[in-house]
Amino acid sequence: MLAMIRWVLWRELTVAMRTKSEVLTTLFFFVIVITLFPLGVGPETETLELIGPGILWVAALLASMLSLTRMFSEDYQDGTLEQMLVASQPLVIIVASKIFAHWMVSGLPLVIISPLLSLQLGLDMESTLILMLTLLIGTPILSLIGAVGAGLTLGVRGGGVLLSLLVLPLYIPVLIFGAGAVEAVRAGLEVEAHLSLLGAFLVLAMVLAPWGTAASLRISLD
Amino acid sequence: MLETARLQCIRGDRVLFSDVSFTLKENELMYLKGINGSGKTSLLRMLCGLVSPAEGEISWCGENVRKLKEEYFRELLYIGHLPGIKAELTPIENLRISCAMSGSLITEDQAWNALDKIGLRGREDLPSKVLSQGQKRRVALARILLTDAKLWILDEPFTALDVDAVAMLQAVLAEHVQRGGMVLLTTHQEFEVATGITHTLVLGKAGGQAC
Amino acid sequence: MQMLTKAFWLQLSTPKAFYPVAGTLAPCFMMLAVILCVIGLYIGFFVAPVDYQQGNSYRIMFIHVPAAWMGMFIYLVMCAYATIGLIWNTRLSSMMASALAPTGALFTFIALWSGAFWGKPTWGTYWVWDARLTSFLILLFLYIGYMSLQAAIDDQQKAAKASALLALVGVVNIPIIYFSVKWWNTLHQGMSVTVTDAPTMAPSMAWSMFIMAFAFWMYAIGIALMRVRTIILERERHAAWVQDLGNKGANHG
Repeated sequence: MLAMIRWVLWRELTVAMRTKSEVLTTLFFFVIVITLFPLGVGPETETLELIGPGILWVAALLASMLSLTRMFSEDYQDGTLEQMLVASQPLVIIVASKIFAHWMVSGLPLVIISPLLSLQLGLDMESTLILMLTLLIGTPILSLIGAVGAGLTLGVRGGGVLLSLLVLPLYIPVLIFGAGAVEAVRAGLEVEAHLSLLGAFLVLAMVLAPWGTAASLRISLD
Repeated sequence: MLETARLQCIRGDRVLFSDVSFTLKENELMYLKGINGSGKTSLLRMLCGLVSPAEGEISWCGENVRKLKEEYFRELLYIGHLPGIKAELTPIENLRISCAMSGSLITEDQAWNALDKIGLRGREDLPSKVLSQGQKRRVALARILLTDAKLWILDEPFTALDVDAVAMLQAVLAEHVQRGGMVLLTTHQEFEVATGITHTLVLGKAGGQAC
Repeated sequence: MQMLTKAFWLQLSTPKAFYPVAGTLAPCFMMLAVILCVIGLYIGFFVAPVDYQQGNSYRIMFIHVPAAWMGMFIYLVMCAYATIGLIWNTRLSSMMASALAPTGALFTFIALWSGAFWGKPTWGTYWVWDARLTSFLILLFLYIGYMSLQAAIDDQQKAAKASALLALVGVVNIPIIYFSVKWWNTLHQGMSVTVTDAPTMAPSMAWSMFIMAFAFWMYAIGIALMRVRTIILERERHAAWVQDLGNKGANHG
């Protein structure tokens, strides 16, 4: 089973490294969306600081949305998904490894680049650190929930738009607590509650989402 | 032993086939024939547990494959229409990972040998996207040289292969059947595999007829 | 006797047997809905007293509150049907789930719409980012997602399964979303208005509201039965009995 997990991770990461486009488009999208906001609402530091956490989180949500459509579609087209469904290990394990790989390729880069953008929006050091922490806990949840949606919309016409319609409402709690934690720290409040709730969501998503995704893939390939 | 009982497949609102029952034992090979759209691929995918039958049951050694799941998949090698290889990876990498997926971990040497044998010498290290359709097909088929699965389900294995490759494949299939394996395959061409007991299942409008 | 009743229900749970039953029941429920609606609205508009704080505008509540109840309740019923359909692969339950979705979405929409019109005279604004309003909006999104997924997949069996799974994911998320939104709302206190329950109600107001709720219930069941009949015909069109039905219709016509 460990060998299987290692192979799946290896394949996902190697393919991502050799194409590079997936990582880069997600990242650029994130940066561009954030750049648009000051241009839209004006460069006043106070305003930007106020809406900064929200913008960063909404942009992260949209960026991870963007990469979701590709999560299973290529595997579906080249037949590797079919092989995953008849693999010698439970599909849930394979799916969980795939989701983890997807997060490393699409979520982790956002976490790493976020301090830069956060400073650009005028957030202070402490808020920036908390922002990174919330993104670190929150982006895996986005990949996990998104995977179920990606599985369901596989091979469906207009899948990309539909996917956002299905998944974005489910992202709301993550957005609330992710951005909320940063705002709380700015207001000088405790952030522990936010972080532990985000952590609880992560655990819940880790337990349930791979099963849901496995079920959705079986339905989609039926 | 693979057994099916009164299988029915509905796609959209069309009944592709119904009442398909057959038994495939060790040392046996079965051809699946029928016109285009008669549901050959659907039946194969159904036997792999990918498509759920509208009616009927598939069992492996007396137990429903829906319950067996991975236990059944370990005994199964399925090569479908799509080659199941990643364009960004080399044939060696593709072969190793697809073997790992079906539960047999192979070394790099084994992968080199298999690809050599199937006629991909000199292309083992190129990214698979530069390979032709037939070559991709061979990468997928190379798995049958390395697997220890008992039941082979092959969808059109001979398409896009040249004469030599077809001959080799026929020999491999015959050997597998003689060693106590089972093979189920669809094919348009009349390719005989010289081996023990062969069945032919024809899918048509009147349902499946095994003979 | 018990065996007989069991056999009866099992038989009824096949689309073929349910089709005519739904056909006879649907008009009855619709009739009841109209009658109850007339009674409820009559009490609501002519019997119930004028509210000393809100004047007459509160009367929108007789539509708003039952619609909101139904919006939530139908989602749960829909999910229950979807789950049953997914687990036991019973066709009729997935059909019922699909039949309920548009009605649930409609009630949710009515609740939001009437809420906005109630809000204007009461709080001076059509929309506030109150926890309840926000979660209702999200509920509407969930309904729309369910229906769009179902519409986007051509194979009806597959569509039913996929959307059932989505409904299930949604129902796990609903409490989480609701409490998050509530929490978020309390964090952002400082808004001038919050939605509170109507203060002590006159008995006639309560009566009107309950009767209206019943009317909506009846309407929901009636329309769902009517819709399920169309869905049965659509999904079972290759079945012999549906084709017989079609032939009979052609002969009559």
